[in-house]
Order: sequence, then structure tokens, then C-alpha cells
Amino acid sequence: MSVRIRVIPCLDVRDGRVVKGVNFVDLIDAGDPVEQARAYDAAGADELCFLDISASHEGRGTLLDVVRRTAEVCFMPLTVGGGVRSAEDARALLLAGADKVAVNSAAVSRPEVVSDIAEKFGSQCIVASVDARQVEPGRWEIFTHGGRKATGIDALEHAIKLAELGAGELLVTSMDGDGTQNGYDLALTRTIADAVSVPVIASGGVGNLDHLVAGVTQGHASAVLAASIFHFGKHTIAEAHEALRAAGLPARA
Amino acid sequence: MTLALIDYGAGNLHSVANALKAAGATDVAITADPDVVAKADRVVLPGVGSFKACAEGLNAIDGLVQAMEARVLTDKVPFLGICVGMQLLATRGVEHGITQGLGWIPGEVRLLEPADASIKIPHMGWNDVIVAPGAPLVAGGEGYFLHSYHFVPEDEAHVLARTAHGVPVVAAVGRDNIVGAQFHPEKSQKFGLDLLTRFLDWQG
Repeated sequence: MSVRIRVIPCLDVRDGRVVKGVNFVDLIDAGDPVEQARAYDAAGADELCFLDISASHEGRGTLLDVVRRTAEVCFMPLTVGGGVRSAEDARALLLAGADKVAVNSAAVSRPEVVSDIAEKFGSQCIVASVDARQVEPGRWEIFTHGGRKATGIDALEHAIKLAELGAGELLVTSMDGDGTQNGYDLALTRTIADAVSVPVIASGGVGNLDHLVAGVTQGHASAVLAASIFHFGKHTIAEAHEALRAAGLPARA
Repeated sequence: MTLALIDYGAGNLHSVANALKAAGATDVAITADPDVVAKADRVVLPGVGSFKACAEGLNAIDGLVQAMEARVLTDKVPFLGICVGMQLLATRGVEHGITQGLGWIPGEVRLLEPADASIKIPHMGWNDVIVAPGAPLVAGGEGYFLHSYHFVPEDEAHVLARTAHGVPVVAAVGRDNIVGAQFHPEKSQKFGLDLLTRFLDWQG
């Protein structure tokens, strides 16, 4: 009996539409996040993550509607991230039906936003993002603006601080690995996972099922997030679970 | 059949309402009104966040706990508590200081403290639900858990299901017409929806 490694597909949503699409068969509208969420629910995803990349205010309103419609038909935990800057932003998403909110850049400029949300809604609903790049062997820094802007903040220190402020889990993304399909930054993931008591989600760079397994066995992550390997039909959620089980890790049957 | 889903400002109310509807409920009243609770055929108490905040939220509503007690303890309509809503069944919780619970199932809600420091808290994710022999309503399978505190009942007979996260964890408690689930049926896909469907049919 032990808690399962969570496999979490992540969808990029802009103005209420999925940007990086899923080529599930049988979808009437492949750009509709609700339909994709439903497909992942049926496929047995352990959780789902929406990352909102809307630039506009209207896009945010549309996002709330998407979250509301998704919550009506999906019965797995839903994390929504992107543009969460305050406890008020978090409240709007939680009321719409998100189970957790992921805080990204706001947690860099104002880490207290994490404790604000944790105090009001509980640590269980706050996922703090750690977006990092390696700056020298064994040292990583927090980067913003999609990995283009250095902040000078040490990633490990920042991660420990976010956990202390009340984050219920940390989403650790290697900005070096993101989009490369070369696998997670295992040293980064492990360095943070070993230093905090909350679960760590590995993110950024998954290209195959072995990468998911390594995220846990070598990165010490509690959950593995991926986008393209699932969206483009390269692998199913069931195959991911199977690969984890084949490596002796607990995963859903 | 009217189901009163208790709205006390602390719940993940809409997720539970959505799941109840998907499980077949036709008349879900999201309510804090003691008069609605007094006439309900089913009572569901959701809850996320801290024991203290949830207990305070519940007690802050005039007459609500009394109406729940009359309807559940005296009239014996089926009751389901979820996550912190399950933990509130206990005598007391020790999260952020000692807070009194409903006391319907004697016990205490304590921090999860696995001896192995590599075990992560919160207990977050899908885990086994192992059912005690003869337990009503709850079936074995995998449910989604998300909590840092757990229910330690005084009487083993009140344990309906177990799991483990470094330490043994009570996954469900109950007696008579009362059931509480530590996991989230509303977030446990088919396993959870099936439990809710059985709850809607349950005569307690």
C-alpha cells in the first residue's frame, strides 16, 4: 500500500482554446479544452493541469468558463496555472472548479502570495512553480519570461522558501529541458525533492516513457508531468502507468 | 429525494455537487439553511483546508449543527462526510490548536507523521482503499487522497476502510447511518462516482 506516482498531462490553454493540441481520435473539437480533459479523464490520467497562457483580460474570463465546464465533466483533480497573482485570482479559479492553483512568476516577485493563498484556502490547493536553469554544475537559478530572464535567485533556496511559506507541492520545471524531449533535469529535480518535505512534480523535457520513470527513480519526484508525448499520441496514460509499474514503482492499474 | 450539501464557506462545494449529479442525484440543495437541512433525505458535508477553519465555519452558522444533529443523529438520514468533512466527525482536531469537532465518532484528528522522512506530506494522490469486513457503502479500490492530518478513532469498530502512507491511515469511518471518507470520491473517477451512487441508494 503506497501512494501512486501521479501521471499528469498538461494542456496549454490560450483564450479558452488548447494551443498544443491532442490528437485523440473521436474528438469533435480538438481545440476545446473540455473535450480533451474528458478524454484524459476517460484515459485514467491521475490529475490534469491547465496552463493558461492568455495575455488578455478577456482570456482570463474565458478560462474561468473553461474551468467551470471542465469541472462538470471531469472527476479527477484539476490544477490551473498561469497568471495567478493574488489570493483573489486563486479564489476565482477555485470557485470555478479548480482543485489546485499553480503560482508561477508572482511567487518569484512576491513569494508571500503563496502564504496568502495557503492561509485562506489551505496548503493542499497551492502548487508553487520553480522554473529553473542550470548556471553552473550543481547550481540552478530561477528564470522568468519562459526561461529568458535570469533573476539571480538560487533555485534550491527559493524552493525551500516556497515550501516553508505553505505550498502543498512544488512543480519543478527545467527551462533548459522544456520542449527538448531530452528528459527532465534529474539533478535539479532530485536536489529539490530531497530538500523539501512536500511532493515534487517533475516537469520539462519529457520525450519518452523512460524519462517519466527516471523522474521518479533518479529525480525522486512524486509526480510526473508531460505534454507532447501524450498530446501527439506517442504514448497513452496507460502506457505511462505500465512503464512505472514495470520499473517497480507504484502506479494505478 | 432532497440532498443537502452543506455550504459553510470551506468546501470544494461545486466539485462535490457536480459529482453527485453525475452519480445520479437529481435534487442537490447547496445550503446552509437549518430549515432545508431539517427536511433533507441525505446530508453531505464536504471540506478542504484546515480542521480549525472548517469547524469554525460550521459553528458560525446559527442553528446549522443543531439541524444536522437532529436530522442525522435523531432522524437517522444517511450522512456522508468528505475529507475535512469526514474529519469533523471526530471529537477534536489538533491542527492549529485544539478544536472541537462534531463528536459523532469518538476520535482525534492528528498530523500524519511517518517515521521515514522521505515520505512526503501532504499525502497526495491515489492510494488503496482496503475495506474492513462487513463495512457498508465503501468498496475496495483506489481513491484520491489529499491531506496532512488523519482521523484516529477511539473505537476500531468505526473504521470502515484503511490505507497507508508511511503509517496506517484510516480511509473511511462510520457507524449506523453515518459514513466519512478521507479520500475524495468527487475526484476519484469511477471508483468515487460509484460510491456516491451507492450513497444515494443507501438506506443507512
